[in-house]
Amino acid sequence: MRLTCPSCGSRGLEEFTYRGDASVRRPAADASEQAWVDYVYLRDNPCGRHQELWYHGAGCRSWLVVTRDTRTHEIFDVRNARDVALTERQTDAGQGEIA
Amino acid sequence: MSAAPAQIFRVRSGNGVDTSQTLHFSFDGKTYTGHPGDTLASALLAHGVRLFGRSFKYHRPRGLLSAGPEEPNALVELRDGARREPNTRVTVVELFDGLNASSQNRWPSLSFDALGMNGLFTSVLGAGFYYKTFMWPASFWEKLYEPMIRRAAGLGRAADEADPDLYEKSTAFCDVLVVGSGPAGLAAALAAGRSGARVILCEQDALPGGRLRDESATLDGKAGWQWAEQVRQELAGMPEVRVMTRTCVFGAYDGGTYGALERVADHVALPKDGQPRQRLWRIVARECVMATGAIERPVVFPNNDRPGVMLAGAVRTYLNRFGVSPGRKAVLYICNDDGLRTALDLRRAGVAIAAIVDSRPAGVGGGAQVASQCGAAFFPGGAIADCYGHSGVKAVLVRDASGKARSIACDLVAMSGGWSPNVALATHLGNRPVWHDDLCAFLPSTLPPGMVAAGAAAGVFDTAEALHDGAVAGQRAAVACGFAATLPVLPEAEPTRYAIRALFHALKGVPSAKKAKAFVDFQNDVTAKDVALAAREGFVSVEHLKRYTTLGMATDQGKTSNINALALLAEITERTIPQTGTTLIRPPVQPVAIEALAGPHRGTHFKPTRLPPTHQWAEEQGAVFTANGLWMRAQWFPRSGETDWLETVSREVRTVREAVGFCDVTTLGKIDIQGPDAAEFLNRIYVNAWLKLAVGRVRYGLMLREDGFAYDDGTTARLGENHYVMTTTTANAGGVMAHLEFCHQWLWPELDVQFISVTDEWAQIAVAGPKSRAVLEKIVDASFDLSNEAFPYMAAAELTVCGGVAARLFRLSFSGELAYELAVPARYGDALARLLMKVGEPFGIAPYGTEALGVLRIEKGHPAGPELNGQTTAHDLGMGRLLSTKKDFIGSRMAQRPALTDPARPTLIGIQPVNPEDMLVAGSHLLPQGASATATSDQGWLSSVAWSPSVGSWIGLGFLTNGPARKGEIVSVHNLLAGTIIAARIVDPVFVDPKGERLHG
Ligand SMILES: [Zn+2]
Repeated sequence: MRLTCPSCGSRGLEEFTYRGDASVRRPAADASEQAWVDYVYLRDNPCGRHQELWYHGAGCRSWLVVTRDTRTHEIFDVRNARDVALTERQTDAGQGEIA
Repeated sequence: MSAAPAQIFRVRSGNGVDTSQTLHFSFDGKTYTGHPGDTLASALLAHGVRLFGRSFKYHRPRGLLSAGPEEPNALVELRDGARREPNTRVTVVELFDGLNASSQNRWPSLSFDALGMNGLFTSVLGAGFYYKTFMWPASFWEKLYEPMIRRAAGLGRAADEADPDLYEKSTAFCDVLVVGSGPAGLAAALAAGRSGARVILCEQDALPGGRLRDESATLDGKAGWQWAEQVRQELAGMPEVRVMTRTCVFGAYDGGTYGALERVADHVALPKDGQPRQRLWRIVARECVMATGAIERPVVFPNNDRPGVMLAGAVRTYLNRFGVSPGRKAVLYICNDDGLRTALDLRRAGVAIAAIVDSRPAGVGGGAQVASQCGAAFFPGGAIADCYGHSGVKAVLVRDASGKARSIACDLVAMSGGWSPNVALATHLGNRPVWHDDLCAFLPSTLPPGMVAAGAAAGVFDTAEALHDGAVAGQRAAVACGFAATLPVLPEAEPTRYAIRALFHALKGVPSAKKAKAFVDFQNDVTAKDVALAAREGFVSVEHLKRYTTLGMATDQGKTSNINALALLAEITERTIPQTGTTLIRPPVQPVAIEALAGPHRGTHFKPTRLPPTHQWAEEQGAVFTANGLWMRAQWFPRSGETDWLETVSREVRTVREAVGFCDVTTLGKIDIQGPDAAEFLNRIYVNAWLKLAVGRVRYGLMLREDGFAYDDGTTARLGENHYVMTTTTANAGGVMAHLEFCHQWLWPELDVQFISVTDEWAQIAVAGPKSRAVLEKIVDASFDLSNEAFPYMAAAELTVCGGVAARLFRLSFSGELAYELAVPARYGDALARLLMKVGEPFGIAPYGTEALGVLRIEKGHPAGPELNGQTTAHDLGMGRLLSTKKDFIGSRMAQRPALTDPARPTLIGIQPVNPEDMLVAGSHLLPQGASATATSDQGWLSSVAWSPSVGSWIGLGFLTNGPARKGEIVSVHNLLAGTIIAARIVDPVFVDPKGERLHG
């Protein structure tokens, strides 16, 4: 399998390590224990498209959000996790202002 | 050795053999001759050798079935000694001078095999015999059954010694990968190559051409192989095209990645100096043309495994490529017109055709015409009902359309059940092929992204059509990569007809079929009867059939047997072939040696050794080393007169406690952290408070995992306003780095902070003991004030040493003594160790190793790896009070769970045996005194132990339920391995200087 790192281009699987589901978000410190248990322990195991975190440890050390089909290993999208997280913050902040 | 017999079956010149040169080789101790271009199979066949091996289960005599990599029968041990290679297919072994091979699975000799009588016990060796016969009693398995099976059944012997040859791994990138260089592959490579695309053409054989070398058919009126050579030359002249012969593409993987094995030096006696024997390629291709051809199917009939029964296409290969006739008088058994070519080629070579048995009804196909051309008896609608001759075919029993049978003498049976497209690569990623009734073949349906099948692999068997199909595939692949490709002008090929009618077996209406063996899988000795038995016993799924009968599970992976078995199963269970199913083919397409997969990654190249900067100096000191992850660290430094390691280690500990010692601690992970938000970041990573750490100060920090358990610990120094340097444990150096990056990039991207590992950049040496300051004063440049007031405990500074060398000094202590850690650029590490020895001599300095380091930290009750084992919490480690309640940090929420702070959890304690001489052993369990040694009375364990020269007793650290509240209590220390119980007292984990006064001295 190969991943196209936004910084390094198309690279072989051996340069990356897998972390898991990129759809979960770290709860606030005062969130319920259930929210924290969900975040720390519980993961869905979808058949098909899945957003997941990969680490380009043998390359640029970027954490990446990869959209992959778990059946075919087709890669639909690879983004810098930092960009994804920053965009979400801006969106959240924007909504906050409207609200 | 006897003299070389003549090559009496070399009837003509072959297009792939250079008869002007003669090579000598030996098989089973007998010397033979051959020529460059021969395979071991063709060279032996030229001498009339027909017996190549004994079958796996029944030890039946076996000859060549095929002329290619699909060969199930003719497996030998190639070469000797450390290079001995078992189960080598003679059909793919290129002949070289001095080649040495021996037959396998025979005892005492190939022609007389004592275990051949296994044939008399066929009833016990049928389908599922392993499961049924050797079930009970279990104790018989080791003593009786397994040795018996091992002697009776089996293949070659692996070499006993390590492989002396070199193996390489390499990666290649291209636009278009073409697999196979038959007509379709060559046309594809030509179309893509001429467009300027980067093309890799892989051919498993030594020569390009595929079936063009095996057939007498012409292209543009010339021999087909001549066109192949001409195309190879044109491709060789293209700068962006690479033609790789002897290279088998054995697997298709995700993302356009392909595995290939190049047999660099398999065809010579020995690789050249430094040359690899084989090279494993990872080929990354945007597009792939799978032009892998097809594999001919045998026909299942009684005794179809006699030496001399061969695939019709293989007979043509031996005739046309090698100039060897596999017999003198042939019978053909066919169901398609392609097989008729064999009759014509044999006829041209002067070989008599006794009969053509055509399973198709009269009037279908060109059999009648060819039979009359060859002067052969013709049996339309006929079958071969039996085959005679123990160690080679002598006659066949032919049954005509009316059911009348007659025996016909012959020494060669050329059979063709039709061709199975070689679709393996197309199915590796899970795409199932689809059955086509008109071609009696599975064809690829959906293919992996970027892959297209062309030529015979796609069911296009006619040469002219295959050329066109390949050219179109190559053109499209190049266009898909952005190249302006056009169709090349292709040579004129003779038209062919296939006209196949399904023929899988000849068992119906054969009275002997019930008793006789009609083989489906030659390599694993699976007969039609076994398939029927399995079906009768309910194994009607193909997957179950395979596992029950072992069909298709030998080293040939059922290349010639899977479809016949499927057809038989379909017939027995009254289903169609598509209803019965097919099994997916897994990589590798051909066997790949473990050495090739390992490549150069053997020994220390598999697990490299990291050496700290003082390694060479430590070697000179006679240090004893220990592996710590990949690092090699000095364990202790013995001196003359010391009789055992404990004496040495105790002396090193005393030196630190009483004078001064030093130890290389470079292996601790070092991470440089910079940015305006560095303090805020550290505050979220560590459990304790970090916002108020002053510049020039160091602090201990504990990290948790998000689940609340302890992850790693170490110290972080603040070197500047926005500049910190963190140390991690040796074991977690890499993991902590990834963790910091994760937290920053994914959790807190708004923080302005950056990290880089500097573990290898700085040599760091701990200098510990009451005289450490005095030693450092000799090294640190005079302008720096080392006094306790100016540079107190937990101070850090960037300074210079030895007259201007940049260095970092930390006043840290793992030993509990006045101590420092001095870091210099890694290239000065060796010099620093030597200098410390010199300037420290008046103070009684001595180096100490990891063992003394361990004793010193246990004496001070500092947790390390055995305590931070992934199952302990901050509370367990006695650090519950470090956990800040005023901030969010990794693990903060989950660490608050009641179960993680329950006082009843085993918590860090010190332990000291009542009798100081009683040795403690880590891993021992702690039980209340007098309690029975059961799991219910288990209250904890010992994690670290040492003989403490400072205390004069064995001491230990461990975890005990309600530990801190039980100081003074005597418990039982139960060593379950040795079966010993020791009485020991629970004490404070800090054994030496509990008030910490020495640190501040
Ligand atoms: Zn990268």
